[in-house]
Amino acid sequence: MLKIDCADKHFSEIGRLIRQTDEKIIVVDNALGHRYIASGAKDKEIIVNGTPGNAMGAYLDGCKITVNGSAQDAIGDTMNDGLIVVHGNSGDATGYSMRGGKIFIKGDAGYRAGIHMKAYKDKFPVLVIGGKAGSFLGEYQAGGIIIVLGIDADSKTNVGYFTGNGMHGGKIILRSQQLPDLPDQISARKANSEDLIEIEKYVKEYCLYFGKDANEIMSKDFFVLTANSANPYKQLYTSV
Amino acid sequence: MSVNYIYPPYEIVRDFNRCINCKICVKQCANQAHIFDEKKGIVIADDTKCVNCHRCVATCPTRALKIVKSDNTYKENANWSAESMKEIYRQAESGGVLLSSMGNPQPLPVYWDKILINASQVTNPSIDPLREPMETTVFLGSKPDKIVRDTDGKIIDNLAPQLKLSAPIMFSAMSYGSISYNAHAALAKAAEKLGIFYNTGEGGLHEDFYKYGKNTIVQVASGRFGVHKDYLEAGECIEIKIGQGAKPGIGGHLPGTKIVGDISKTRMIPVGSDAISPAPHHDIYSIEDLRQLVYSLKEATDYKKPIAVKVAAVHNVAAVASGIARSGADIIVIDGFRGGTGAAPTRIRDNVGIPIELALASVDKRLRDEGIRGNISLVAGGSIRNSADIVKAIALGADACYIATAALMAMGCHLCRSCHMGKCNWGIATQVPELVKRLDPDVACDRLVNLVTAWTHEIKEMMGGMGINSIEALKGNRLMLRGVGLNSKELEILGIKHAGE
Amino acid sequence: MLKEGEVRIPSGCAISGIFSRSGRLTNGEKIIESIATMHDRSNGLGGGFAGYGIYPQYADFYAFHIFYDDNEIRKEAENFLYQNFFIVNMSMIPIRKTKKISDEPLILRYFVKPLDARLHETNLDEKEFVARMVIKVNTTIKGAYIFSSGKNMGIFKAVGYPEDVGEYYRLEEYEAYCWTAHGRYPTNTPGWWGGAHPFGMLDYSVVHNGEISSYDANRRYIEMFGYQCTLMTDTEVIAYVVDFLCRRQGLSMSEAAQVIAAPFWSTIEKKPPEERALAEYLRNTFSSLLITGPFSIMVGFENGLMALNDRLKLRSMVVGEKDDMTYIASEECAIRAIEPNVDRIWSPMGGEPVIVTLDKKEDK
Repeated sequence: MLKIDCADKHFSEIGRLIRQTDEKIIVVDNALGHRYIASGAKDKEIIVNGTPGNAMGAYLDGCKITVNGSAQDAIGDTMNDGLIVVHGNSGDATGYSMRGGKIFIKGDAGYRAGIHMKAYKDKFPVLVIGGKAGSFLGEYQAGGIIIVLGIDADSKTNVGYFTGNGMHGGKIILRSQQLPDLPDQISARKANSEDLIEIEKYVKEYCLYFGKDANEIMSKDFFVLTANSANPYKQLYTSV
Repeated sequence: MSVNYIYPPYEIVRDFNRCINCKICVKQCANQAHIFDEKKGIVIADDTKCVNCHRCVATCPTRALKIVKSDNTYKENANWSAESMKEIYRQAESGGVLLSSMGNPQPLPVYWDKILINASQVTNPSIDPLREPMETTVFLGSKPDKIVRDTDGKIIDNLAPQLKLSAPIMFSAMSYGSISYNAHAALAKAAEKLGIFYNTGEGGLHEDFYKYGKNTIVQVASGRFGVHKDYLEAGECIEIKIGQGAKPGIGGHLPGTKIVGDISKTRMIPVGSDAISPAPHHDIYSIEDLRQLVYSLKEATDYKKPIAVKVAAVHNVAAVASGIARSGADIIVIDGFRGGTGAAPTRIRDNVGIPIELALASVDKRLRDEGIRGNISLVAGGSIRNSADIVKAIALGADACYIATAALMAMGCHLCRSCHMGKCNWGIATQVPELVKRLDPDVACDRLVNLVTAWTHEIKEMMGGMGINSIEALKGNRLMLRGVGLNSKELEILGIKHAGE
Repeated sequence: MLKEGEVRIPSGCAISGIFSRSGRLTNGEKIIESIATMHDRSNGLGGGFAGYGIYPQYADFYAFHIFYDDNEIRKEAENFLYQNFFIVNMSMIPIRKTKKISDEPLILRYFVKPLDARLHETNLDEKEFVARMVIKVNTTIKGAYIFSSGKNMGIFKAVGYPEDVGEYYRLEEYEAYCWTAHGRYPTNTPGWWGGAHPFGMLDYSVVHNGEISSYDANRRYIEMFGYQCTLMTDTEVIAYVVDFLCRRQGLSMSEAAQVIAAPFWSTIEKKPPEERALAEYLRNTFSSLLITGPFSIMVGFENGLMALNDRLKLRSMVVGEKDDMTYIASEECAIRAIEPNVDRIWSPMGGEPVIVTLDKKEDK
């Protein structure tokens, strides 16, 4: 195991230590805004204590990151594979363009979570947000699944405005009292038994990480949001 | 009774004395503008389908065909051109956004044509490039601020990773998807043969082309298509695409119909799903965020690749470039408003952005004013049409130029500006297998190599004429340029004197 | 090369703020520590701070902080000040020499009150008079620049990284109930310290992160009312917009926020009738003061602090609370750096202002 104390270290030194070590388990202590932790990392287990900076786990390619604290903006950007578990909140653009792997946020996520998520073949990205999500959740979503559980949230929809704008693939699952306003290209329905089986799988994983009661979470209503068309802009243009 | 508001702009003229009814034109036209009339036993044409790509003209064995501009006219009006009228009819009919391809065709000033190059007479000698050494090698990448020595007094190599080009010319970004597999293959091979670089564009990198990695620049754009760890490692340089000269400020959209087979695989998105590139990178909303993407890429690739940032030439391009230079990027790419594209809303293409000549001049000046031009490389693109344009660009301050439209033409493109229709008869801007087959990658590669070789030679001739025998001595050497017919503001921005001064 | 003010220089940034609702005074060390955490969001070309409650001994006087290019200009400007103000105290602002801060101008501080005769003569209320005089100095005396002009508050700024700027101005010697800080990432080298943030106008001080796209629409509108945007920066125009809306039009800070970051019409449509009418009214009336493009701003004002994101929330901003303290910063780490154990931490929605004010005193 390698221990890295971030205090008084520049991000480039932390990055270098992580890239160069042969140790499979790395503990990063006292993170405080240090950026790019585990950018492009593969086959490692990284435990971050503190508040890691922006772009943590960008291009992640099969690596487990646990954050004991909150994460900031753009974590898991263009993530291909791996697992990020955040015992706190996450900032804006969480999981931007992620193609594979899973991100679990115990609390809230900022604006534009899961923006431009896409799936491909065996790659299927999963983003689970325990609390609320900000506006533009799943904007341009093309694949994968985003789940917002709204645990302890005081809002009726647990999301901000403009959920699913430009969505053309994948699923958004909302555990909420009511649906938010949705753009025309999205259809919403109550989760059916098949959906619930899929949802439960991820809820159980969430509970495993954060010690919550899966039965209690599953006892509330879930909505499933999907795109009507994989080609929402077909009618927009005329050729000259 | 159907009313046709739009009369076809071009007419296919067939000389029946020459036509031998071989039907090659019928086979060659994917738009089905040529039809064999079984009853009459002759080939006839449907002008409404013609995009004026000249495939039929070029393949007709008896030279029986030509395409002419229709002389059908609306009532003449200097304000409402026929083109404006047709656009209105088209939009009134469809309710659609006008879509077109390739670069801005409007009669806006081409400053290259108003700049002239110097030559030596008497006071210093011109050089004969055929018999004397003439260097065109260029290195792109950031340069260190300071010399650092080790304890023995030896200079420590603290140079950031560099791209070495045999000539100041590269093939700029065109995605696999916007152009065909064979076109990509030709560009990659030609770059390798020439010792220069081609650019993957934002559509990922086909597995067959990883072997050209030493001559590849991989692009990361807002949609992140095909971007993964191995892709980032695959090329010699990573280019962050912020904008494109043909359509500054807007994103891209490859329709699901083009996401087939290998395109889907290379972009890593399912078959038939639209590939939407958002207008901005959603992790870059401010200049300090650019630094974030630059460094996340550097961290992911262990600081082994230079990072280029490509922006469209827009009004405040100088300030933008200064911000890029301070973001940790190694190369700035400026793309002018005449740059090509596989599809762009016509209004954006024709009205947004500024000419590359002015943008390049003001960026170079700003970086020099700030004392940081030496730390970063500058690449200009956006309708570089010939070797003289390159010489002028370098004298204005560029390290190298990107070419794409010219490269497409070398492969056969006739600038019919119909790429967005996906039926390119030349096998370039299409994914239809029968059409793609028409482009032989080896032949296309040879033609690209010929073009760049010829241009390089011409560059040497012009350099020699100026008494310059190394391309570095031309860079930013604006005294070698003079303007003709430019007003004082234009000369001031270009930083050149008027001819005769 | 053109200076700030002659050319528009877009810039990115980091911001941080600390506010004690009970009015507890703290020195400048914490705010420096906080902003320093976000070092990478700045590029060393501008840093600054604003402190509120720092001049209790002169609480009734306007504290002018002025940059001068040289002593000649200083004489000229002081002449002008003498003609218009009663100056109760003047001094150099204490600094600590550091290698990291260079090319410093003369930096002076004056505690002033408008001369009654001049107020009478001009028929202006006191604040309007002071505002006009500040604008007059800044636009007509080349080489003099009043960068702070409020009561019981002060702005300290320079070209450099914010932590170095804080050290330079010896902020540990000031005590404030509210501190804001800014680290700047401009897209060129400002020749001059005035371009750093915060930007101030009377008691208002603004720090800002982002580049607004509505700049010239806002500027050309606000300049109708006697303001002159000499720096061509976003911060300057935002400060004038706030001054115009709050001081001159009498809007509350939250109403002003509804003008600056007005909700989308689609959002307004769904509000209850009364709120909807107000939102429509404000957006319609002050349509030219809608600010678009990315921004997160903090506006310091007498007894309060307002933080606001653009309505699309294109910049990050986090708010934390611990006992009587409110913390606001571009990144959570800047809050955790000085208060690891916050009671509550959240990201406000775009366009929804966070406003904190001093608790009402019991005896009032």
